[in-house]
Amino acid sequence: MITQELAAYGYLISAICFIMALRGLSSPTTSRAGNLYGIVGMVVAIGVTVLSPGIVSPWLILAGLVVGGTVGTIVAMRIQMTALPQLVAAFHSLVGLAAVFVAAAAFVSPDAFGIGSPGHIKTQSLIEMGLGTVIGAITFTGSIVAFAKLQGLVSGAPLVFRGQHYLNALIGIVIVLLLVWFASAGHPVTFMLLIILSLAVGFLLILPIGGADMPVVVSMLNSYSGWAAAGIGFTLGNTALIVTGALVGSSGAILSYIMCKGMNRSIFNVILGGFGTDGGAAVAAAGGKPDKPVKAGSAEDAAFLMENASSVIIVPGYGMAVAQAQHALREMADLLKERGVQVRYAIHPVAGRMPGHMNVLLAEANVPYDEVFELDDINRDFASTDVAFVIGANDVTNPAAKTDPKSPIYGMPILDVEKAQTVLFVKRGMSSGYAGVENELFFRDNTMMLFADAKVMCENIVKALEGSAH
Amino acid sequence: MDDRIAGEAAKFATQAQELAGNLKNLAQQITDMAAQGTLTTPEGGHMPFVALLTIFALACFVGYYVVWRVTPALHSPLMAVTNAVSSVIIVGALLAAGLRGLGAAQLFGAIAVALAAVNIFGGFIVTHRMLSMFKKKQPVKK
Repeated sequence: MITQELAAYGYLISAICFIMALRGLSSPTTSRAGNLYGIVGMVVAIGVTVLSPGIVSPWLILAGLVVGGTVGTIVAMRIQMTALPQLVAAFHSLVGLAAVFVAAAAFVSPDAFGIGSPGHIKTQSLIEMGLGTVIGAITFTGSIVAFAKLQGLVSGAPLVFRGQHYLNALIGIVIVLLLVWFASAGHPVTFMLLIILSLAVGFLLILPIGGADMPVVVSMLNSYSGWAAAGIGFTLGNTALIVTGALVGSSGAILSYIMCKGMNRSIFNVILGGFGTDGGAAVAAAGGKPDKPVKAGSAEDAAFLMENASSVIIVPGYGMAVAQAQHALREMADLLKERGVQVRYAIHPVAGRMPGHMNVLLAEANVPYDEVFELDDINRDFASTDVAFVIGANDVTNPAAKTDPKSPIYGMPILDVEKAQTVLFVKRGMSSGYAGVENELFFRDNTMMLFADAKVMCENIVKALEGSAH
Repeated sequence: MDDRIAGEAAKFATQAQELAGNLKNLAQQITDMAAQGTLTTPEGGHMPFVALLTIFALACFVGYYVVWRVTPALHSPLMAVTNAVSSVIIVGALLAAGLRGLGAAQLFGAIAVALAAVNIFGGFIVTHRMLSMFKKKQPVKK
């Protein structure tokens, strides 16, 4: 047993550990120590709580820890790196649901949390509890929809219906009114209604958002799960929860901001519906055009071009992840390096389905992180590069973002692959990208299209390179 | 030139001294308040709301500055680790699950403990798996 004062010191230590955990991620070399700090902080927080005088029966705690710990461990050990975005979305939903349950427990037995007695909870605690519940519930259902979209259980296309935004706004207003009512009366029915309506908002909010906007959505839900934790922290008067909630909340908010900037869109634009809604005209126009000639090449052509180049920049996109092509790609890069070609990777901020998705996949394929560059660090080098090898990416290379003010992607920062001497596009077909915009690069003289599955194409190029080695 | 620097330094020193004095007064005031019992509320001993709000606001700034320094290559591990860390919400769940007897609060608490535990274990393990893949360029091996 430890006193409440001692516990407060413990929570302080754990909060500092969590700050150090995030700090460690500023560089790959210190990142593993950062993760350890996180684990230490968590162990301290749990240990201090379990030893506090309020805990009298450890059995339910043990059961919960064993069941949850086992499930978490098995899932995390087995998950494939390409499935990372949906795993993170699923984890977010659990934090949201846990927040709702903690709030419910505090509502049922407030004396255990020192916020009053059943039916007579302090108004301030009711507000905090209500907010935590609303945010938690929205995080829960929102993350489930995001998970279903990322996993392919639901179509990734934006689901939009008439009056959707009005409906959301209406429910939002009702929730605010309910919160006020809940804070003044603390009635159980209001609490239930709050939960149900917030769950509905979570669904409705994420449904109209399309697949390629998922980096923003996943970051946003990350942020929400933090705010939910902070809300519960206020209810409990627990500093570790408040500090951690604030850290996670601002971290998610910053990531959402970076992702939005990567697409030159505002967060409202993303939340209020995908490209599919207002970009409809552009899609139709692109689809109606007569076929223009494109130059299609074979794996042998690509191998020949690249092995005779002095430098190659690889631009991976979501297509590489879908085809699981990262290992074959790295093999290809290794063979090129053996022939003295300088190989680098260029990553667009919104490539993939979550922030940093491509970096993890390349790391999984043993690509050293000092060969991987961010947009700002490598964009100038395309002009002095012989071959740009675009694999499974499209919109992020489209020069229309710079030249055509009418294009829905106008203003989005792009990778200047067009400045390279030759551009190779690995694609399954001529379809336009997520934004529904045709990429004029496909029809340029210095572009060669490689029509195939990304993984198959890389393997064929590897074969061609090996065949030409004498 | 040197004179000007010395002057500036002297100014800073006086400012620092004033600040230290102010802080001392503040500390004295807080001790007085604590002695009178105004810092602790009767039920549960929670800190006053404004103190919690202060902590919250400062932590937001800490989060802001720390996260901007995270390299973009590590944004995925950042999400995984923040997700694991936000499961510190388990603290609230433990308080409910550890109550005597078996009622709704204990049940809700136990469910929340299990949910948060999935996240804690899963989140830290998956972060570890990701981070152990990030390697620097090896010197050419023969």
